Amino acid sequence: MTDVKRLLIALRDRGWAGALLLAAVAGTLAALDPAIVSPGNLANVLAQSAIVGVCAVGMTFVLLSGGIDLSVGAVLALSGAVGAWACKEPGLPVLASWGVAVLAGLACGLASGSLVAFARIPPFMATLAMMAAARGCTLLLTRGYPISGLPQAFYTPGWASIAGVPVSGLVFLGAACVAWVLLQRAPFGVRLRAMGDNPETARLAGLSATRMTLSVYAISGAMAGVAGVLMVGRLWSAQPNVGTGLELDVIAAVVLGGASLFGGVGGVGGTVAGVMIMGFLDNGLRMLAVSSYVQQSVKGVVFVGAVMLDLAVKGYYRRGRSRDS
Amino acid sequence: MAPLLEMRDVHKRYPGVHALKGISFALSEGEVHALVGENGAGKSTLVKTLAGVVAPDEGEILIRGGRVRWSGPGDAIRAGVGIIHQELSLAPHLTVAENVYLGREPMRGPFVDRRRLYDDAARLIDGFGVRIDPRRRAGALSPGEQQLAEIAKAISQDISILAMDEPTSSLSARETERLFRVIAELRGSGVGIIYISHHLEEVFSLADRISVMRDGEMVGGGHAADLTPEAVVSMMVGRHVEALYPRSFGEPGEVLLEVRGLSRGGALRDVSFTLRAGEILGVAGLVGSGRTEMARCLVGLDPFEGGEILAGGTPFRPRNPADALRRGLVLVPEDRKRQGLFLNRTIRDNVVAMRLLHGLRRGPFTDRGAATALSESFVHRLGVRCRGVLDQVLSLSGGNQQKVAIAKGLAVSPGVLVLDEPTRGVDVGAKAEIHRIMDELAAQGMGILMISSDLPEVIGMSDSVLVFRDGCCVARFPRGGAPGEMSERIMTAATGGDARD
Repeated sequence: MTDVKRLLIALRDRGWAGALLLAAVAGTLAALDPAIVSPGNLANVLAQSAIVGVCAVGMTFVLLSGGIDLSVGAVLALSGAVGAWACKEPGLPVLASWGVAVLAGLACGLASGSLVAFARIPPFMATLAMMAAARGCTLLLTRGYPISGLPQAFYTPGWASIAGVPVSGLVFLGAACVAWVLLQRAPFGVRLRAMGDNPETARLAGLSATRMTLSVYAISGAMAGVAGVLMVGRLWSAQPNVGTGLELDVIAAVVLGGASLFGGVGGVGGTVAGVMIMGFLDNGLRMLAVSSYVQQSVKGVVFVGAVMLDLAVKGYYRRGRSRDS
Repeated sequence: MAPLLEMRDVHKRYPGVHALKGISFALSEGEVHALVGENGAGKSTLVKTLAGVVAPDEGEILIRGGRVRWSGPGDAIRAGVGIIHQELSLAPHLTVAENVYLGREPMRGPFVDRRRLYDDAARLIDGFGVRIDPRRRAGALSPGEQQLAEIAKAISQDISILAMDEPTSSLSARETERLFRVIAELRGSGVGIIYISHHLEEVFSLADRISVMRDGEMVGGGHAADLTPEAVVSMMVGRHVEALYPRSFGEPGEVLLEVRGLSRGGALRDVSFTLRAGEILGVAGLVGSGRTEMARCLVGLDPFEGGEILAGGTPFRPRNPADALRRGLVLVPEDRKRQGLFLNRTIRDNVVAMRLLHGLRRGPFTDRGAATALSESFVHRLGVRCRGVLDQVLSLSGGNQQKVAIAKGLAVSPGVLVLDEPTRGVDVGAKAEIHRIMDELAAQGMGILMISSDLPEVIGMSDSVLVFRDGCCVARFPRGGAPGEMSERIMTAATGGDARD
């Protein structure tokens, strides 16, 4: 086997297409303005990507299982509001309030997961319902107004840095590492990919679809909860309307990283690459003073390019491959 | 001593169907017990109750005399029951090894021991005497290799009972032989084997006991030595089957199709043959020998680099199936569920699917009355058993589905029909009917190219047999001679002479 062939196989099997594209995007932007890859700006990109990134790590599990979670934006808002409320009204300590926020996200995820696993509602509809319900609960809880004036410590993860590295970015990368171990080294990962790939196979192997389905939505919800805490820190308040439309950015990032919307294919490495591509595009285009209207269009073009690249690497454009040969 | 497995008076009812009507069945250690019956007889349902996939409504299952109740497939696996299901059920994006050990991954602490996973899988697969890299993705394997992986998966467990549902349907003759050796080893080590197959030759060469099911009931059986294939067939169908290969050979007419030096990459090399009106040309060869490749090129599904195709004396190069259709060439593909049919649509929608490309219009709209009439005439002509043409194709048995797939091709009145595995997974009765239809079509002047892995079928139905090997058409045998001698010649040509390694 030649090195080129081995590289191509690695590209295909490990979702390295995302890494390649990330290098291409970052390289192009750096060529246009070297300041984009300065350490200070890299830290910026990481911080700006962290919230989408944390949600995307959770979404990777859901997409691998063959589902989708449209509720992450709304759950993020609800978790942030619940955490802020817990800190302010009953006056829980900051650490406990963060815990409450993550638990709120987890509970939402378990609810979505139950709808999918027990009531057999298609994930698209179940999480769409959760999206509406969570947003509604957020508005009820906040009565439509931001919750602010929390102890300063509550906000720390949203803005602080350690040795120039943003804490939020560390949270994102830390979550990605844990997820990588779970997906690549623990049996849970193989079984999850099996379930997304071919549910019948998983069932015949004696695996419990119920438990795995609950797990993936719970993970996605909990990650949205973590992101909610980061978001409150970044905005110095819990905004009831924050995160609207975020789910699409999150799903786009995961798919950019090579995951399939039909389940069974994808990985955390690709997801991190996908998130960073989105981050570099947002940040870089802004640094280049591209008008925000044009920014949107450029993003659209890059998406199409990314998905086509992914399909090309997977060999979808080679015509007429028959099973018999 | 209590038998290894005993099923007593098992019932299973689905809405509208009484699938198992009080089945009793026993299996001893080291025994191969074959289960035969037409499609829809309930064999697969019986296996599914044993696998814990479906729960029986009544009756009991005993293993070594102890009653078991399973809440899911996991319980059955833990109790030592291995199942090779009829439908290939690997996860295509997982590696072979991950598939084999799915749910039972070797562990090191909380993590999967990947080295052992791949080493164990490699050792297991080597035991079959085949070369499959356990790190390959299952989806990249050929159907035969997938089936071997499936078998590896079943026997990788600590099993005392193994049920195999049509394990040889995608295997080549050589792979089948290897499977039989594996079965012999398992039986020698005391495993009880339930073997489901449509191939009575296989059943009689393997089984100690044979049980026959029909319409959800056990209708007969006994020791294989006391039974004959004819007796088993008549029990299966409950009526007399006319000849399995009804063929009224006529004098072939003019040349309908001529293929000269067809080449495509490494898959097809310099393939030439002619097909005449009224002729059935059998195409034999191992899976992967280029048979299907050739068919795909003929109907424009794959491009080809070299050679030419002449239809009715004029050359043409089909770019897609619609092109081929215009020249009267239609393919009924091998995988009816994925390629041949719209399973969720009605019989009518399937029959007229291709025909709608030209015709059946009333102004800009579909002529629904004509579509219904056309599909009804085909249902009648091909003897599709259904309530009406608005039945979902999914609700039909395999044989009837295949008839609908053929009807879809016939609806465009082709001059040349290419059938890829026309009777795979079809029961004996329906098989005989499909053969009758083919004979009628040939008698009416159609040219039929029949790709098949079923040698008796190829020999029984064909005017001539083309044999493919490694992308080449290596032989053309005219009809005649004793079937046994013919099949030996075909196998020798198909394998390059080492059929009996």
